[in-house]
Amino acid sequence: MSRKPISTGSEWTFELIDKYDVEISKIAKEFKLDTYPNQIEVISAEQMMDAYSSVGMPVGYHHWSFGKQFLNTSKRYKRGQMGLAYEIVINSDPCIAYLMEENTITMQALVIAHAAYGHNSFFKGNYLFKTWTDASAIIDYLLFARNYISKCEERHGLETVEKFLDSCHAIMNHGVDRYKRPPPISAEEEKNRQAKREEYQQQQVNELWRTIPLKQEEEPNGKQQRFPEEPQENLLYFIEKNAPLLEPWQREVIRIVRKIAQYFYPQRQTQVMNEGWATFWHYTILNRLYDKGLVTDGFMIEFLQSHTAVIYQPPFDSPWYSGINPYTLGFAMYQDIRRICENPTEEDKQWFPDIAGSNWLKTIHFAMENFKDESFILQFLSPKVMRDLKLFSIMDDDMENEYHITAIHDEKGYKTVRELLARQYNLSYKEPNIQVWNVDVRGDRSLTLRHIPVDRVPMGSDTEAVLKHLHRLWGFDIHLESVICEKGTKDKVVDDFHCPPHASEPLP
Amino acid sequence: MGATHVIDRRLNGKNKSAVNRERFLKRYRQHIKKAVSDAIDKRSITDIERGESVSIPTKDIVEPTFRHGKGGKREDIHPGNKEFIAGDILPKPPSGAGSGSGQGDASDSGEGMDEFVFNISQEEFLDFMFEDLELPNLIKKQLKDTISYKYVRAGFANKGTPAKINIVRSLKGAYARRIALTGKSKNEIKQLEKKLEVLKAEPEVKDPAFSNNDLIKNLEDQIQKLKDRIKKIPWIDDFDLKFNQHIKQPVPSTSAVMFCLMDVSGSMSQMHKDIAKRFFILLYMFLRRNYKKIDVVFIRHHTSAKEVDEEEFFYSRETGGTIVSSALKLMQEVMEQRYPASDWNIYAAQASDGDNWNDDSPLCGKILSEKILPQVQYYSYIEITPHEHQMLWHEYDKLSGQFPDSFAMQQIVDTGDIYPVFRDLFQRKKA
Repeated sequence: MSRKPISTGSEWTFELIDKYDVEISKIAKEFKLDTYPNQIEVISAEQMMDAYSSVGMPVGYHHWSFGKQFLNTSKRYKRGQMGLAYEIVINSDPCIAYLMEENTITMQALVIAHAAYGHNSFFKGNYLFKTWTDASAIIDYLLFARNYISKCEERHGLETVEKFLDSCHAIMNHGVDRYKRPPPISAEEEKNRQAKREEYQQQQVNELWRTIPLKQEEEPNGKQQRFPEEPQENLLYFIEKNAPLLEPWQREVIRIVRKIAQYFYPQRQTQVMNEGWATFWHYTILNRLYDKGLVTDGFMIEFLQSHTAVIYQPPFDSPWYSGINPYTLGFAMYQDIRRICENPTEEDKQWFPDIAGSNWLKTIHFAMENFKDESFILQFLSPKVMRDLKLFSIMDDDMENEYHITAIHDEKGYKTVRELLARQYNLSYKEPNIQVWNVDVRGDRSLTLRHIPVDRVPMGSDTEAVLKHLHRLWGFDIHLESVICEKGTKDKVVDDFHCPPHASEPLP
Repeated sequence: MGATHVIDRRLNGKNKSAVNRERFLKRYRQHIKKAVSDAIDKRSITDIERGESVSIPTKDIVEPTFRHGKGGKREDIHPGNKEFIAGDILPKPPSGAGSGSGQGDASDSGEGMDEFVFNISQEEFLDFMFEDLELPNLIKKQLKDTISYKYVRAGFANKGTPAKINIVRSLKGAYARRIALTGKSKNEIKQLEKKLEVLKAEPEVKDPAFSNNDLIKNLEDQIQKLKDRIKKIPWIDDFDLKFNQHIKQPVPSTSAVMFCLMDVSGSMSQMHKDIAKRFFILLYMFLRRNYKKIDVVFIRHHTSAKEVDEEEFFYSRETGGTIVSSALKLMQEVMEQRYPASDWNIYAAQASDGDNWNDDSPLCGKILSEKILPQVQYYSYIEITPHEHQMLWHEYDKLSGQFPDSFAMQQIVDTGDIYPVFRDLFQRKKA
């Protein structure tokens, strides 16, 4: 076949980026990748560090913690401890992807395929992103947030706002609705409704804290009604709506932090799927470019070298091991889904009767659209991938003196390994399960939270510090109880934390 | 296509994080101040050209969140199994040792770093240093401008701003150009006019066939044509414009020597020396601003004086009495041998706790007033003591009346007092 490569050198130019983009987008269309329009921005390494430290928000409000992030990034980059990511991509419409000017044209093509078509189509197609984020509104919303917070700083002082943000950040991860579908966010509406909301919110809060209790609040059996009636998992939301002493601007700031947490929530739940998807597509697309004769052998060698580095998984006993590499796992799984569709073995037919031999493109799109990491692994992790990665499980029980190897990549272990790995990506397993349990509405107004431990894993050493932040938000005493609820027995409190700390704590 | 939009953002500002960084520095200013203060103790006084790395204990900087602690039962998946099979039992490493297999919450508890380390720039370093010294902003700025420039005339250029047009040069150029371009035509005119005169002088002939009128007419036309041509040459052209050119030149570029004199007798504690060190740094920075080459001479003394290197100057301990004049004598010798006042700008700073052997003080005054002060640009004496003044102070006090321009003395109790000495110095230099 005659090769007519798009380029032969390693330097990139804007025309070349355009040409590659045109070819890549043709291939993406072949593979039915549905994307938002792309906005590719070429930036310098310093700008990449800026983008890094604003944790993926193209427009961020100011806070010292981003400065800390920046110092850390730039130090490690300068010392050569880390290369900068080749790209950062923003879930927005149009989808913004940053390319670094230091990249060669090969890397630029890789990044375009990876970010502008891989991630982009994931953002547009995955159900979590569809449910939780509104790509067309996010930039405007972030802009609104930044302006609002800097207005607050002008009015109430830098330090006041900074401290308040610290407190919000401390429980940011517990500021999302895990099950309820949130209303879409939009900057336009925010602005229009914000003033009204402030007034209304204050009214609502006042309602709750009315000092003269009404008679019917006593239930017929004399038992006092609990508030909230059901435990609430979204701490930030609960505080925004119910904290007695907050001023309207403070409620608005909580809301901003909450909305941003919510925007990132899908990304935290689809790391393996998202990175795997993007990696699968840059691999597939660039190989297709090669098959079409549009790139040179040298291009492919450079590409394969960085691709291999990206999907390298150090084994558990390597000094570089820091958990499972989401790129490796995700890429291996999508590759394997394609293999199962195209060349199923007996084993595959047994494990995946529905997809073995089916149309791979349809299947892989289905897998991308309808799952999150946990369910994706549970559904699609094949014995072959487990064997290839040599996955095994270790049990570490603090009541025993040994570790136990409970399952490995063999016939007996596949199911266990798969279930355990899936659980590892479940956010409510990764993070402690904490809910708002009770507010002493008629008494000292203290807020009681409940922690439901899984497998006896206790709360970490930061807990007291987080309670202090909660105390700042709520304004009254905070209690946190770790409670074991077993059927048939009474709830048993195994651990408790208080802010301010109880002076008369019984000695253990 | 058209769905993709490529934008070049490289020229947009790169310091998007500057505000956040600044806020971070503000929040941890106590830590940074301490790091800067430690660094000053460790650094050489001439070593002020760089920033500093600051480390903050991770526990002070962590942003707390609800996380899992250690303990309980965990079952995790890891890759890269080699020899394990289900049911294997492995001993746990003794508690406290890092778990090699990445067990437990290694990933939960941050990166296992004890210190958060980052760098501040030279400018920030100086800012933090100055903060202690209570320098006014103007002075801070002057000190930080590492090299000052002045603009000097440097000939003429063909391009420039209208404000810099050199009129004389431009007109000269225009004149020369006009001469050059019109010379040939003017010569021709001259010759033609001569011919014309000759023709006109000839007697008039009535017969038109022999008349010169045609010739005359012809010549006149030619002359007119040449004159028109000359007229078309512009009086001044873009090409003629000349502009004054200025270039930046560092100023001034002479050399200075700085003598650091310090009492190292037993009564000087490390605290005294630290204050003295800051004072010396400041003097050095001031000199660096004004002079291109600076030598520093360290002389320490107790009962006898010795020229030493910086390390020994600040950190070796001596005991015994104090004879200040020994240092002054040594300084005078060094000046004579190596730094004649004709070639060098001499500055000296003396730090002491005020102790001196009483009979020695008048001798000090004598050496200073006769040998040293007439030669130096500036001599500053700081007495680091919260106590009553002793003989030496009173002796020096007399000198400040005699040499108001080149002698300053000040009592210093803590670092905030260093500046007033400098205020004198700067005010004097500005005049």
